[in-house]
Amino acid sequence: MVLAMSAITFVAADTPFTDSGNTAWVLAAAALVLFMTPGLALFYGGMVRTKSVLNMMMMSFITMGTVGTVWVLWGYSETFGNDVGAGLLGNPFEHFGLSGVLDAIYGYVPADAATGTAAAGGIPGGAFVAFQVVFAIIAVALVSGAIADRAKFVTWTVFTVIWATLVYFPAAHWVFAFNGFAAETGGWIANKAEGLFLGGAGAYDFAGGTAIHINAGVAGLALAILLRKRVGWPKEPMRPHNLTLVMIGAGILWFGWFGFNAGSALSAGTLAAGVWVNTLAATCTAMLGWLITEKIRDGHATSLGAASGVVAGLVAITPACATVSPWGALVVGLAAGVGCALAVGLKFRFGFDDSLDVVGVHLVGGLIGTLLIGFLADATNSPTGTAGLSMNDGLFFGGGFGQLWSQTLGAGAVLIYSFVVTFIIGWVLHKTMGFTVPEEDEVAGIDLLEHAETAYDLGAFTGGSRHVSSGVVAERTRQVVADEPSSKEEASA
Amino acid sequence: MKLITAIIKPHQLDEVKEALEAFGVAGMTISEASGYGRQRGHSEVYRGAEYTVDFVPKVRLEVLVDDVDSSDVLEVILKAAQTGRIGDGKIWSVPVDEVVRVRTGERGVDAL
Repeated sequence: MVLAMSAITFVAADTPFTDSGNTAWVLAAAALVLFMTPGLALFYGGMVRTKSVLNMMMMSFITMGTVGTVWVLWGYSETFGNDVGAGLLGNPFEHFGLSGVLDAIYGYVPADAATGTAAAGGIPGGAFVAFQVVFAIIAVALVSGAIADRAKFVTWTVFTVIWATLVYFPAAHWVFAFNGFAAETGGWIANKAEGLFLGGAGAYDFAGGTAIHINAGVAGLALAILLRKRVGWPKEPMRPHNLTLVMIGAGILWFGWFGFNAGSALSAGTLAAGVWVNTLAATCTAMLGWLITEKIRDGHATSLGAASGVVAGLVAITPACATVSPWGALVVGLAAGVGCALAVGLKFRFGFDDSLDVVGVHLVGGLIGTLLIGFLADATNSPTGTAGLSMNDGLFFGGGFGQLWSQTLGAGAVLIYSFVVTFIIGWVLHKTMGFTVPEEDEVAGIDLLEHAETAYDLGAFTGGSRHVSSGVVAERTRQVVADEPSSKEEASA
Repeated sequence: MKLITAIIKPHQLDEVKEALEAFGVAGMTISEASGYGRQRGHSEVYRGAEYTVDFVPKVRLEVLVDDVDSSDVLEVILKAAQTGRIGDGKIWSVPVDEVVRVRTGERGVDAL
């Protein structure tokens, strides 16, 4: 995330102050991004079978509860507290319970008498906390698509807390914690760790191609390899049960993603507007790319393909949205649409049951977007360039291999770290709590087993008998039965 | 009395119903069914993975008729349900011992 000044306020103040326009946009963007998680629940929920849609949606919903809680307690501090060593982790105790954050102002630029520059307002610490927590929530929720229909809900819930703490918060610290923004010292990728980046800047990842999509994608791969396949996969047909839900979910994701990317400017100005346009452009070509691939290969352009292409394009433009031109964004989107449409077939070749293609869409899309920056970074016509901020050019614009190496290093580091640590977390949970439900319960339907609910009651004869359906009422019924003999005795006496 | 059962294409249902009403049949029962015959299933493609769907949606239609009407009713259904393409379905009739109208207790042909 790049710090930018949009509104210049002529206040001769020595005390930091906030910019209301920037603050309003960041708060609105945070709400947009939170909406993506229910959107993801619909997108994923429609793709599974009737008997497991509630469980699928709950795996997304629960992250709002768990990750939101740990964010307030130690997550924010672990991500954006002062670095405790080598750019690997923030101090989780510095801002425990958000102490010392809400009254802080980030991104304030003091007046400079020497150059005659006026002071520029920042955003309140609370707005930054709000914007970043919704990223953490959806990053964790994304992983769930790889283990649809078969994960024990309580184990998944514990996993969300541990994975956020050991994998997401560190990775977000590496990529998003810029020195001097929320804390004096931040993460190693954002701040160009010395000796590693060979002349390139730190890896450019504007809104989370590495920390979120490569991270969640490869974590999904680790779990899909670790957990057993769904019963009957890949021979039995496991058709998406409700593609209209998938389409609605994709629409909500696209809507929310404008907050995700353009909000990452942390300001409301040229940078945010340019990023918004790029987010649109890449998603358009990605949908077309996916549909054209399908039409040529399978003979039909499908609705699931359109929804998937939209998400693939959004994933790929996430890291690149500030550093490529609108032309570049069209290319990034097209590459992601075609690339991901081809990549979703890999699971059949390699035999891992990544049920909803978290690998094929998020890992592959994240890699495409992150690496293409190394070729397409455009210091003149990108949102960053047009906002007057400096950046490196990519290979195609005369910048040499420096930035490409930085992108490769950033992507590779997150990929390897996430895969290894996720595999260990998953393995330990599998050995201790068990990560999968019994096969016969999966066949009967995980919704019923894990949540004692079924998603749809469309038949005329399947209504329950109400007087015994609620635990409270059933308790009262027992009471009446128990009381009955005594009241009869009284009557006879 | 006969029970005539027809498995037909869902989109032929309205035509069959109207033809039966025009013929004078007083009532019928339908249910959603799935199955296949010579038509077999069809294939669907999701994210490039092809799935064969064996059981195709059909409508099962049942009519109780007097013996003298049974072959005519069968012809009426046949004419209305036929598209000439594969998957049109099947019709069969079986003898029925007894029919009772629940509301009045009428039996036999009176109950039809």
